[in-house]
Amino acid sequence: MSESPDESSKWEITLTVNGKRVTVQAYAMERLLDVVRNDLGLKGTKEGCGEGECGSCSVLMDGVLVNSCLIPVLQAKDSTIITIEGVQADGRAPVVQQAFLEYGGAQCGICTPGMILAACHLLQKKPQPTIEEIREGLSGNLCRCTGYLQIIEAVKEAARRGAAT
Amino acid sequence: MIGVKDERIVGTAVPRLEGREKITGQARYVDDMVLPGMLYGATVRSRIPRGKIKKITFGPEINWQEFVIVSAKDIPGKNCVALIEDDQPCLADEFINHPEEPILLLAHEDRHLLPKAVEAVSVEYHPLSAIFTMEESESRSEIIWGANNTFKTILIDKGDVQGVWEKAHYIVEGEYRTGAQEQLYIENNGMIAAFEPQQGLTVWGSLQCPYYVHKALMELCGLPPGRVRVVQMETGGAFGGKEEYPSMIAAHAALLALKSGRPVKIIYDRMEDMAATTKRHPSRTRHRTAVSKDGKILGGTIEFTIDGGAYATLSSVVLSRGAIHAGGPYYWPNVRINAKAVATNAPPHGAFRGFGAPQSIFALERHMDRIAQVVELSPIEIRRRNFLKPGQTTTTGQAVSEPIDLGRLLDRALELSNYSAKKDEFARQNQNGNCKRGIGIASFLHGAGFTGAGERYLSSVVEVEACEDGGVRVLVSSAEFGQGTKTILCQIAAEALGLRYEDVRFAQPDTQEVPNSGPTVASRTAMVVGKLVQSAAIGIRQTLRASGLLGESYSAEEFRIACRKYVAAHGKLRSLARYEQPEDIVWNEEKYRGSAYAAFSWAVYIAAVTVDLTTYSVSVDDFVALQEVGRVLHPVLAKGQIIGGVAQAIGFALYERVVWDNGRMQNAQMTNYIMPTSADLPPIRVYFEEMGNVHGAFGAKGIGELPMDGPAPAIVSAVGDALRTFFNSIPLLPEDIFDAIAGKGENAEHAGSARGNP
Repeated sequence: MSESPDESSKWEITLTVNGKRVTVQAYAMERLLDVVRNDLGLKGTKEGCGEGECGSCSVLMDGVLVNSCLIPVLQAKDSTIITIEGVQADGRAPVVQQAFLEYGGAQCGICTPGMILAACHLLQKKPQPTIEEIREGLSGNLCRCTGYLQIIEAVKEAARRGAAT
Repeated sequence: MIGVKDERIVGTAVPRLEGREKITGQARYVDDMVLPGMLYGATVRSRIPRGKIKKITFGPEINWQEFVIVSAKDIPGKNCVALIEDDQPCLADEFINHPEEPILLLAHEDRHLLPKAVEAVSVEYHPLSAIFTMEESESRSEIIWGANNTFKTILIDKGDVQGVWEKAHYIVEGEYRTGAQEQLYIENNGMIAAFEPQQGLTVWGSLQCPYYVHKALMELCGLPPGRVRVVQMETGGAFGGKEEYPSMIAAHAALLALKSGRPVKIIYDRMEDMAATTKRHPSRTRHRTAVSKDGKILGGTIEFTIDGGAYATLSSVVLSRGAIHAGGPYYWPNVRINAKAVATNAPPHGAFRGFGAPQSIFALERHMDRIAQVVELSPIEIRRRNFLKPGQTTTTGQAVSEPIDLGRLLDRALELSNYSAKKDEFARQNQNGNCKRGIGIASFLHGAGFTGAGERYLSSVVEVEACEDGGVRVLVSSAEFGQGTKTILCQIAAEALGLRYEDVRFAQPDTQEVPNSGPTVASRTAMVVGKLVQSAAIGIRQTLRASGLLGESYSAEEFRIACRKYVAAHGKLRSLARYEQPEDIVWNEEKYRGSAYAAFSWAVYIAAVTVDLTTYSVSVDDFVALQEVGRVLHPVLAKGQIIGGVAQAIGFALYERVVWDNGRMQNAQMTNYIMPTSADLPPIRVYFEEMGNVHGAFGAKGIGELPMDGPAPAIVSAVGDALRTFFNSIPLLPEDIFDAIAGKGENAEHAGSARGNP
């Protein structure tokens, strides 16, 4: 959803994205999603609904999974952001991604970056989640293709392979 | 070495071809693409359902000099979105026929300025009376389309229906309804258009059917085929929702690009996408069935009506598939199916996985349960007694040529779901407590490929190319949007040629590069396009052998060397295959008789549910999906298609209601149009039977749409079983169940009637 920003002038905002310190000029109320995609060119973060329902725009902000469409960039000032492009630095991500590939966790792929971040975040908190915990942990990320079960299997398998270590 | 019969690649879980790009966020969708000097486009839409445009004014608060403004007057060619009928304007010029009708287009380089500019355009109307229901449309109190508000009527007439009523021991009647459903792909619709005087017009977009868009742009812009190019970007879900509407968005982006001379990107936000683009056709089906004393269908009438919205779009074809599937997998010695698509002042309804079949199959499967009640047989037994058998004919007179044994499929599904034990257990448990459990069934079929002579008219072409580096490339206009098109077609080519999967590449669907293999719809890709890829691949091998570069048996490496040598000596090698309809597939379009589909997929689904009588919410506890889809080309992708389809159909049955107000969707947000989350779905247990099929590559049939057909009736049957109430329409939300239990609902038993002959 396109937000009309305030007419006020842009701010200089510094944040750390995927391990790199960056400074952007942005309207205070500009969405973190737009700054990540347009100013920083990190197109792996997707917009699905623009209202915090679908989770496609999920990023990790100071270690917390957030919908970047709901974060005004000023709120992200001085924070540490990890997007799908930087998630490999987290050792559990490649295991999760590989399991998604093998178990059919990605179909059209548009929810996949957010889903993978959500899965990594879940495994960080709960290294060996039960099926119920996975279902609950991923319920903020909508997928219209898979019916989720193959995603859940992939996360379970990633946990078994030690993604959490 | 080739010559070994065993398939090495087909039937195995090779990695999804574009999977790595998707899991790393590197896959490029249209909104990820930026062109230099690009503008952003937006659409000014009507705010009334029907009327005439009197005047358009531009508010003083906007500096309009900065904007590119396009109206119908700027259209170089024909003002229509060319599809089947040319009735839908690309931009309304004078008349408004639905509340999301596009009127003007705006573009600006700062997309943040667009929403205010759209708001600042005011349109004055002379309003006209509008109609919003199928019944209003049928009453013809207002004529809003053509002579009688009717896009299409179809009559399927088999045997002698007049004669069955007096022979009937029971006559069972019922009326069933299904609601609109939003496809809700997670990637919103979007397009980029650019016009270069030398090359012509190019659009890049999220779409299923590159050549549909190509045709629409040629008509709109008055350009020859070579001056229009359509490129499919990675597409984030479609489900039919990107079959016809992308032509509209491409047209809009193209008009802005033509006028501004700059590339223009239009990306819908979620609300615009949900409100303005197509949804599943709402339907109403009326059954009247003559049944023998022992529960055999003697014959009946089926009236199948769908709401097409304001323009014809694909309604005639949706109607056709719905009508043909209305008799389901049962034998009807006599039947008359009257089907019609009517106009209302809502945005046009369109393609959505299943394409009319989920609607008519919902009605039929509920009706089979109703017949079972009247005849006092179980839902299982009524189905078993009426199943189609090989050699018998469908409602269109098509003899079942496949050796399908539906009774056996049923037995296996009953066993897998532990049906009998659960039925007893639930009956016992339901005597006490506030949670009632039930189990329900649906048996159904789905035809693969275009209906009737459709595939002959499409006359699809695919090419396989032997490349310089020794690899092979598949060239088709069939799009990947999650189903696994790229993967299965590359598997087929690799298998046919005795190559490794890694040796085969997939050309990006781009009308400048790939032939027209038809639209990516109708469960046709695996069966029809797959078979053509297989034939074209074999053509490459024949050429290499004929040129003496390849022996009778060869290794993958020898094949690579042969390709390289051939290309070095003769240049590019492309092998083409064009669809030819088998002679035994004969269809009479006028009479609606004959072979409607080259093959059917068959299924029996069983759902177990719990209804909580405190909240009236339904949870699906177990779901068995057993189907026969021919050869399973890829076990993981095939399973993914079934689970995903069942999930979408659970939404159709229990969650997803479009709330209408004067033709406009009121809940065009993910916040209040609810689709299933990972916490809502049951274990969906998927089982395949594999029965070879001569029409598809390595025996494959259609798979994509089938799982959309059966879950809704199975689940609603289970809810009815739990509550001892008969429900006849979907979506079935907690408030509907509450109303039914409280005895004031329309969605309950009272709608049907039955009588026994004395």
